[in-house]
Amino acid sequence: MSTTGAKVHDVVIVGGGHNGLVTACYLARAGLTVLVLERQQYVGGAAVSRSLYPGFTYSNCSYVCSLLRTEIIRDLDLPAHGLQIIPYEGGCTMMRDGGHLAVYDNHDAMRREIARHSHHDAEAYERYVRDMLRHCRFIKPLLLREPPDPTSWRLRDLGELAFLARHLYGLGEARIYDTLRFFTMSCADMLEEYFESEIVKAHLSGSSIIGTALGPRSPGSAYVLLHHYMGSIDGAVGAWGFARGGMGAITRAMAASLQASGGAIRTGAPVQQILVRGGRATGVVLADGEEVRARTVVSNLDVKRTFLETVAAGHLPPQFLEQVRRFKIRGSSGKLNIALDALPRFPAIPAGSPAIRGDLHITDTLDMLERAYDDWKAGRWSREPYVDMLIPTQIDPTMAPDGKHYMSVFVQYCPYQLADGEWNEQKRQAFGATVIDAISRHSPDFKDLILHAEIRTPREIESEVGLTEGNIFQGELTFDQLLFNRPIPGFAQYRTPIDSMYLCGSSTHPGGGVMGAPGANAARRILRDLGRGQ
Amino acid sequence: MSSRYDCVVVGAGHNGLVCATLLARAGRRVLVLEAAPQVGGAAVTREFAPGFRVSAGAHLLPAMSAPLGRELALHRHGLELAAASVPTVALAQDGQCLPLDDDAALAARSPADVAALAAWRALQRRFAQALHPLLTGIPPRLGTQDRADRARLLTLGWKLRRLGRDDLRELLRVGGMCVHDLLEERFELPLLKGALALDAVLGTNLGPRSPGTVASLLYRAAVAPGAGGAMLPAGGLGSFAQALARAARAAGAQLRTAAPVARVQVREDRVTGVVLEGGEEIEAPTVISNADPRTTFLRLLGAEHLDAGFVRRVSQIRSRGMTAKLHLAVDGVPPFSELPPQALRGRLLFAPDSDYIERAYNHSKYRECSEQPVLEITVPSASDPTLAPAGKSVLSIVVQYAPHEVQGGWQGQRQAFTQRILATLERCAPGLSPRVQAAQLLVPQDLEREFGNQGGHWHHAELALDQFMMMRPVPGAAQYRAPVDGLYLCGAGSHPGGGLTGLPGRGCALAVLRRSAEP
Repeated sequence: MSTTGAKVHDVVIVGGGHNGLVTACYLARAGLTVLVLERQQYVGGAAVSRSLYPGFTYSNCSYVCSLLRTEIIRDLDLPAHGLQIIPYEGGCTMMRDGGHLAVYDNHDAMRREIARHSHHDAEAYERYVRDMLRHCRFIKPLLLREPPDPTSWRLRDLGELAFLARHLYGLGEARIYDTLRFFTMSCADMLEEYFESEIVKAHLSGSSIIGTALGPRSPGSAYVLLHHYMGSIDGAVGAWGFARGGMGAITRAMAASLQASGGAIRTGAPVQQILVRGGRATGVVLADGEEVRARTVVSNLDVKRTFLETVAAGHLPPQFLEQVRRFKIRGSSGKLNIALDALPRFPAIPAGSPAIRGDLHITDTLDMLERAYDDWKAGRWSREPYVDMLIPTQIDPTMAPDGKHYMSVFVQYCPYQLADGEWNEQKRQAFGATVIDAISRHSPDFKDLILHAEIRTPREIESEVGLTEGNIFQGELTFDQLLFNRPIPGFAQYRTPIDSMYLCGSSTHPGGGVMGAPGANAARRILRDLGRGQ
Repeated sequence: MSSRYDCVVVGAGHNGLVCATLLARAGRRVLVLEAAPQVGGAAVTREFAPGFRVSAGAHLLPAMSAPLGRELALHRHGLELAAASVPTVALAQDGQCLPLDDDAALAARSPADVAALAAWRALQRRFAQALHPLLTGIPPRLGTQDRADRARLLTLGWKLRRLGRDDLRELLRVGGMCVHDLLEERFELPLLKGALALDAVLGTNLGPRSPGTVASLLYRAAVAPGAGGAMLPAGGLGSFAQALARAARAAGAQLRTAAPVARVQVREDRVTGVVLEGGEEIEAPTVISNADPRTTFLRLLGAEHLDAGFVRRVSQIRSRGMTAKLHLAVDGVPPFSELPPQALRGRLLFAPDSDYIERAYNHSKYRECSEQPVLEITVPSASDPTLAPAGKSVLSIVVQYAPHEVQGGWQGQRQAFTQRILATLERCAPGLSPRVQAAQLLVPQDLEREFGNQGGHWHHAELALDQFMMMRPVPGAAQYRAPVDGLYLCGAGSHPGGGLTGLPGRGCALAVLRRSAEP
């Protein structure tokens, strides 16, 4: 075992995903010496741009910038480090019968489009948007706060609990019930209270199932919809859109910001173990045996990978380990990245409509989404999957050669564990074919245009990014794993049972998506523990 | 009849009778009006084939919350039990069975589950004790400046915290969880998990993988913490209703059956009484409805007396039933091959594993009947021979999932669904079908017609987290008081929910009495 000189870093961060980088940036800006260790040859985790086919750049995991907190963009000065976000111009949900519901940024245009399907729903849409924005405004201040421990008597926790109670009571009685109902309802029940048209309900419910092991009829799925609206309340244009150069542009800007504040990054440096002495984290050991010492160790890995694979079991209380083991992190999503020879035609979308420049979905009823979920429960990929397609090269031509296009296809549902045995190459191809067939039904020339397709099941997501079971949120977003329960009750404040060791990944509050909030919250907690907080 | 009453109770279901009894004891002049020729609502014993009698709605009597049990003292009003604590037996696909109270039988299949089950039951008991205060009394309102509401919230919070740190953390974690995940964490044996999961979804519109099903399991435990298992009244559930009626009469309440209420009278935003379908008017400053909230507000009261927003909420209450009943008249003893004879007196659950239930539930989402339904079977004649002719048996079976509005309508599907249930039964009781002399299937639409609850739902309103506590049945009527002065709700659609607990009736009586104590 070699030791790199006598240098002891203030902080070592295990994993250079977007949250690891956000934590690193805040800590470096506070004057600490920070080193980020990344297993891959590139940083970014699941927010990456990769060239997997000559001339093309794929956002091969996450594909849309919707949740990244504006506070973080501002604090880390990301635009100055090269981040450009180009807003969506539209979107479209295509029905099996050839019909469609286009999505427009312009509220009035959207209303008119809905009225094409139902006048009642066009009216209801006004109410719906108003209510959703209200729910967003309620949840937003909670994202960048540490969840209180409701079982503690510490002043800070009691204070936070009082803040929550005041925040809730501030809504007024009627709104309180609306809010409580909204957070406990199923997406389908919630939408059925507003809308009558199947396509409108199906279109809106799509974002309630992305990345989850729930269907639109599962209670608790309604609030996931907020993720779609979170961007639009910041008032910042482009909070919801494409990152120019792919998702990797976000993490590249973060890395540049980190280096500008004096932080260091080592890629190709897989951490094998977090070192613990006397109940305190003292550094890490890399796969090649090199020891890197640090006063504080922060893990950007998911909670299972952190505690079951990177920390020796003897350092953790058995009850804690048991809780880590039962943390639910089942993968449910797949992804296809496709290089296209030309822009495919979608006859359902009117020529010249900006709809094709946004996200395209294939679905037409809530039942179809629910049946897709039933397939996942039964241990097979959805025979009629929900797909969320984007062709970012229409707006950002840097991602493909002239005239050619890159298409990102997110697929829900795809299980990590198949009922009929392990995944193999043949099954992976069959999964890809199911998705491509589904798209082809809406685009006659699609198959002929495919130059290359990267097919990712949760297995591939796990092996490349390191997310256990390929769960894109580092843990399911269900009641039992949110707020003070995330990731483990009693350890929701970024601390761990080991002194000077912290978590900063999406396994922690407020959860997944390229949001950065867990990373920012973890940094704040660390600084406060080091006596450097405000 | 011109005598004036203080309170008129519309509907003599068990909650209406409980409410009437408690109000009469507090000195109110109470009249209970029941549309049916007999009292009891869904707690009723009926002859469904010559010589065969069965509890047509609910078929087991859960233990009552201790204070209510003491208050009513039904044994003094003639309630006799055919079985005091009905044991639960899980049936497997191959006819094998597992009595849930028999540690030795469980140990033979899964030693680890013996300890796991004991630990879970102990934890559930502690949760039940802590949650019980939440389910009794009037739920506090949120967001008000009212001192009583705030005090009550603080008291409830305090009682929960008294669980201690570890238990409270666990409660806050599992409270919103789905029962499937909870059982996966704790148990090994699929048969055991199936039986426990069934208890969480019985009577609801949810599957084991639906978040919120642990809450429904805890609800069952918390309505009567520390009490024994379910009971079987001698003569069926109708006897329970009769005893309640006697208790009400003894307290001074008057009961009229075959007296259907057409509407609630309102003058200047105040309830003044009710009008019967025959046109007879009965005056009373307080009208208490045992009917489901939708019937109460939209049919008996009328939307014109309510805010548009409130009416919308009421019409959005989820109340579509999923639970059917099948009654079988059987020649001889039902041939549950592996079952020891005394186990026939138990509650036999056919839900071999949690995924089986989930698959049965899947169909219901698309308004289809389960291809392979889940069953809660009782053989009441095994404990109470008066229910069937000598040498014959009665089976009373709760069946899920049978949607209220099934695709294509119930008309053509009754026979087919009955056959599916019988085919399912054949697996654990081979040779049963040829012995069936008569069968009666009651689907949610029948229950709706017979018992008058819209949607035919056990709980009048789905027992889900978004229709719970101060949101049950809808905000604005969750403290038993309707927005129209003088009108109250006392049915299963009110806090805390259904299931022969009597708690909504009791809570409503408290609300009425508290109101009259106000200046």
